[in-house]
Amino acid sequence: MNEHLLEVDNLFIEFHTRDGVSKVINGVSYHLNAGETLAVLGESGSGKSVTAQAIMGILDMPPGKITRGRILYRGRDLLTMSKEERRKVRGEEIAMVFQDALSSLNPVFTVGNQISETLRKRKGMSKADAMKRAVELMDQVKIPGAKERVKDYPHQFSGGMRQRVMIAMSLAMDPKVLIADEPTTALDVTVQAQIMDLLAELRRDLNMAMILITHDLGVVADVADRIAVMYAGRIVEHADVHALYKNPAHPYTKGLLESIPRLDAKGTELATIKGLPPNLLRPPTGCAFHPRCKYAQDICVTTTPPLLDLGGGRTSACHFAKELLDGRI
Amino acid sequence: MAESETILQVENLVKHFPIRQGILFKKKVGEVKAVDGVSFELKRGETLGIVGESGCGKSTLAKLLMRLETPTAGRARLNGRDIYRMGGSELRRLRRNVQMVMQDPYTSLNPRMTVGDIIGEPYEIHPEAAPRGDRQRRVQELLDLVGLNPEHINRYPHQFSGGQRQRIGIARALALRPEVIVCDEPVSALDVSIQAQVINLLEKLQDEFGLSYIFIAHDLSVVRHISDRVGVMYLGKIVEIGTEDEIYARPTHPYTQALLSAVPVPDPEARAHREVIRLEGDVPSPANPPSGCRFRTRCWKAQEKCAKEEPLLVLRPAADPHPSACHFAEQRHVVA
Repeated sequence: MNEHLLEVDNLFIEFHTRDGVSKVINGVSYHLNAGETLAVLGESGSGKSVTAQAIMGILDMPPGKITRGRILYRGRDLLTMSKEERRKVRGEEIAMVFQDALSSLNPVFTVGNQISETLRKRKGMSKADAMKRAVELMDQVKIPGAKERVKDYPHQFSGGMRQRVMIAMSLAMDPKVLIADEPTTALDVTVQAQIMDLLAELRRDLNMAMILITHDLGVVADVADRIAVMYAGRIVEHADVHALYKNPAHPYTKGLLESIPRLDAKGTELATIKGLPPNLLRPPTGCAFHPRCKYAQDICVTTTPPLLDLGGGRTSACHFAKELLDGRI
Repeated sequence: MAESETILQVENLVKHFPIRQGILFKKKVGEVKAVDGVSFELKRGETLGIVGESGCGKSTLAKLLMRLETPTAGRARLNGRDIYRMGGSELRRLRRNVQMVMQDPYTSLNPRMTVGDIIGEPYEIHPEAAPRGDRQRRVQELLDLVGLNPEHINRYPHQFSGGQRQRIGIARALALRPEVIVCDEPVSALDVSIQAQVINLLEKLQDEFGLSYIFIAHDLSVVRHISDRVGVMYLGKIVEIGTEDEIYARPTHPYTQALLSAVPVPDPEARAHREVIRLEGDVPSPANPPSGCRFRTRCWKAQEKCAKEEPLLVLRPAADPHPSACHFAEQRHVVA
């Protein structure tokens, strides 16, 4: 088997809080190959961002604690590396773009200063060279008038332009993997479309692999090759994007797809997933989704479903995945 | 919907906010034209969706309709009476009649009040709506109506999830049996699986009480789902208005077309054959909108005429006429 570029292997993360231990990641595994886009889809609290933070090494510990698992980058475990080695991987190999560009940028430094900081600190470039490169990067992410705007401060940019600045920063060291955590959630639709186009173009031109973390099924359908659906700290379904949208193999995915209103058709009543996501301080027994699942049986209450291999790189953590796929339930 | 009576009629509503500068003597140096001449009608039992991007003035419009802001010019008539000329007992009746559901269920509920107090507060302000002894029963009925456990009347907002809090906000809006509810982004703070529950609840309540909704949102799919008619706003103006089908299936304004084509469709098969219109740049500042047509700086159809002459929101000779504020209105099919 080929070695994957990035592999998360059976990761467990807990948060120690005043109210007890919250098991936020419960055995997550996924991989990313060079040049592909993996979407990690989930609702708030499903653990999609926490996993990304663990990959980047920016998880707050404490209260967070990685109790088990490995994160392999080109076969080397990031979790057992020295701090120095880890720092080299972060930024130079794997970079991240965050949701809220305004609070991720420092308001008292010019954007040019912030983009070129990495180049000065890590590559030892002179101030002038680093600034020149910053202008090139801003050009690359299509900020109009980059030469003049490099001396502007974050508040002088619009939301979409700020996100472009963030992307320029993350590209400074030519990373091989870009993790984009809800990169367009705070933006308007027309701007969202511009940013998603830009990310897709950069990924192609620079041959990066991308992990796109999102809750938006529409965005996923537009750009991703593969998709991992998370629920209560587990991956409940993992599949090729086309296969998943055509025929979901987990009741949660199916419920999500049915519950979104469509732009291209006026439906009648929306199908809903009843209830609420679980409180991870007191997760349900068996399958974490069973209290909300319309197909739940006795076995779902007692036994945690294993990740069933359905062939063709498809997996589903449901006791009845095969029946669901075949339309028998 | 059959021919039914108009409940709310908005005529040429304008709201300009002054920009002041100076330390001791504040001088007015300009105006933000947040809402700049908006007209529409809302029929009884109907849902009018208002869509647009940030800064287009949709939330200012909501505040105007609630009479939380006084307009610079224009009228809004509820059941034939101009709401900005009301005073005294008539104004009190208006406050009962028009209610609002807000976006953020975390900040729109007072954390120090119990759910019972929050939903019952409208009765304190309008004691004539329910006799004192009857209020607890009414609040419990409301909780039941929005799908919450009536026994949770003594709990506090933090004990509920986001979706449940939004239900509390809806129950509060319903307490005084209003005719019109203005919903400002009521589901955008909620997770996908919860969003559908709240949308269904709003639809159920509309059928049950014959409510009219103004539904303001930036999510075009949600608006299509819930609305009978839709108005598209850009920089303080409605650029196109029509039935849900006219706007989504047969849009004629370039901005509507661009907006619709930018929405990602949850279907990977659509990637290949979807027509995509990409707008350049950002929305101009409402303090200094472009001359003539406000959309012309981002429009691919813009010509000299667009800079000189402002296009009015009128019927255009397209195959299926509905009002569109474009000199070159033309039908284009953008949604697969």
